[in-house]
Amino acid sequence: MQVQVIGAIVFWALAILTVAGAALVAFSRNIVHSAFGLLAAFFGVAGLFVFLSADFVGMVQLLVYVGGVVVLFLFAVMLTGRIEQVEISNLSRGPLPALAVLIGTVAVLAVVAFQTPWGPSGDMAAEPTTAAIGNALLSQYLLPFEIASVLLVAALIGSVLLASRRKEDELEDQATAEATDQPGDPPAAGPGGEP
Amino acid sequence: MTITVTHYLLISALLLGFGLYCVLTRRSAVAVLMGIELILNAANVNLVAFSRFTVGDIDGQLFALFGILLAAAEAAVALAIVLAVYRSISSVDVDDTSSMKG
Repeated sequence: MQVQVIGAIVFWALAILTVAGAALVAFSRNIVHSAFGLLAAFFGVAGLFVFLSADFVGMVQLLVYVGGVVVLFLFAVMLTGRIEQVEISNLSRGPLPALAVLIGTVAVLAVVAFQTPWGPSGDMAAEPTTAAIGNALLSQYLLPFEIASVLLVAALIGSVLLASRRKEDELEDQATAEATDQPGDPPAAGPGGEP
Repeated sequence: MTITVTHYLLISALLLGFGLYCVLTRRSAVAVLMGIELILNAANVNLVAFSRFTVGDIDGQLFALFGILLAAAEAAVALAIVLAVYRSISSVDVDDTSSMKG
């Protein structure tokens, strides 16, 4: 009984963390706040995975999303946004139709979730799943596993290629930098500079 | 009260709804990508919840793992594209990116 009460409290805390984080992502006017809302939502989902006795998936969620994807998003925000202008950093357009879509989707899904008889809950023992996942990845899911590794290599090379500066751009930048430097030079070695 | 699969489905529906809202309204491409990540997370929550409650084996967790992997690859490539777009037109507003070349 005691364990169940504590479990329910933990579950609701995680649920509120997840949903509040997602709401912050959707409604915040500041894109940095949105990024941190994303962090909270990912953290809550990782907790929910652990709560669902999927410990390995929860850890992967923490490592990949909280450790990787959120940092990537923060970098993208810092590199692209005019984040000092808080008011315009996360503009929205057409909130009313989107709000209608939100409410409609959630309402339909909630009705389905409540009315469908989901059948008896197949109880999984709360035991570590890492060994079973490893066995499945190297037997039944071997082909998707290998394809996934090829995909990761392709994504890695592709994103490096996309994000790296091209040679022509660098030459152009150098040319413009030199062009702007030359008028600036004389004042630096100005009249009062040398005895 | 016991926690059933319905609770997880509701959380997942809310995640999907907020993600959709984000994708539909945001003008910054980075924020749109945040919404896509929320939607992918909603799918993962569903997969793991069904694997735990109605099926009782590990396949759903493996699908969630592949989903996480695809989402990470997608985020890396998409953010690299956003950076490239920002370098070429100095904006990440999705309304401004209307030409294919340039």
